Amino acid sequence: MVFGIGSGLFFSYLPFVKLNGLPVTSYRILPGWIFKRVSNRLGISMHSTTFRSETKAMEELDRTLEKGLPVGLLTSVFYLPYLPKALRFHFNAHNIVVYGKRNGKYLVSDPVLEEPCEIDYDDLVRARFAKGTMPPKGKMYYPTTVPSTVDFKPAIVKGIKQTATDMLNVPIPLFGVKGIRFLAKSLKRWPDKLDERRAILYLGQVIRMQEEIGTGGGGFRFIFGAFLQEASNHLQQPWLQEVAQEVTETGDRWRDFAFEAGRICKGRASSSVSYQTLSDILMECADREKAIFTKLKKITL
Amino acid sequence: MEKDQVPQDFGALEGVRKVLYATDENGNYTKVKTAGWEPENIALDQVWEVINEKVEAARQKVLAGKASPLLFYLEKNMLTKWMLSELTGISWFRITWHMRPSAFARLDQKTLEKYARAFNISAAQLLKPE
Repeated sequence: MVFGIGSGLFFSYLPFVKLNGLPVTSYRILPGWIFKRVSNRLGISMHSTTFRSETKAMEELDRTLEKGLPVGLLTSVFYLPYLPKALRFHFNAHNIVVYGKRNGKYLVSDPVLEEPCEIDYDDLVRARFAKGTMPPKGKMYYPTTVPSTVDFKPAIVKGIKQTATDMLNVPIPLFGVKGIRFLAKSLKRWPDKLDERRAILYLGQVIRMQEEIGTGGGGFRFIFGAFLQEASNHLQQPWLQEVAQEVTETGDRWRDFAFEAGRICKGRASSSVSYQTLSDILMECADREKAIFTKLKKITL
Repeated sequence: MEKDQVPQDFGALEGVRKVLYATDENGNYTKVKTAGWEPENIALDQVWEVINEKVEAARQKVLAGKASPLLFYLEKNMLTKWMLSELTGISWFRITWHMRPSAFARLDQKTLEKYARAFNISAAQLLKPE
């Protein structure tokens, strides 16, 4: 629901921006934007600060916790020792909730884990003050006013409309449906332009961005489908159920893409599966999403 | 994707289960927990292979006396010189200089401590990497 109201779904392919030396693809909007949009649309006001001093950042955290408020923190996954080692990259946009302190350790609810866990003072400082791309600068936030009743309907319509606009109408061919087509066209040329190893690494990065933890599978497409179903019930608009069905099918095609790409990475692909095939699947996804969002754009209350 | 088709390929996630959204028999979405999926495991393994190669190359260089342990820890922590510079407050140029074994050998305790803190190790470990 939050993902949908915040218009989280997106696509961008930025070949000139490199992450670990590989071009960036993203299946969602920028970190922090969902949050901002949801707060605006539901009328929740948040208090949010960043810090220059590590000690001050931790003191402020302690004070807020003493008031009994859970606090959202922006952290880097690299410094969170409780996560599986394989996921710990320098990724500075991981949000966790700290809800208390016991015996000098902070109690954490991390969206990646099923159970709450604990973290040391020192580790938390490191995670909050990681460096690199988009440094978190100790950012912390908590809600100050939450309206007692919320009318979800206008917020849902706004969320869906904006997603459709984002996907269809950004006049730069790197984003939305055009971005998917751009990736499809570029990907075809990877085996010619790059040596085999690099081409495979490029592919691997796309798979990871699509299927990593938190995406719900299929590059957030399934989460969006689930949102549309909820939206359909809220708004009493049954046609959204059918669109949700189409979104699910498209998500399945994205999964097919990742599966075939994985086979190429492993060197197991038969001659029938090539970069050309992958490109074709992506083109199909682009066409399907174009149709979906053209329909969704017309949504009214 | 349907609920009973959600893959359970144990791998990179090391037992952490993540949530996938899948549809039940009526086409309604539910959350399903999964241990991972083969393509994602492949992609993750592949990235770590590259990182480990870099670390190993750095290790060999240090052993051969062609670089200081700084390079090894830099690669091991997946940092760039720019990030290390921000973490330690030591300039990029000086870090590059300290990558040379001869310059590294002359570092004072204070600078060593700064580096060690950035790598989350002790100064002694920094001097003698495994």
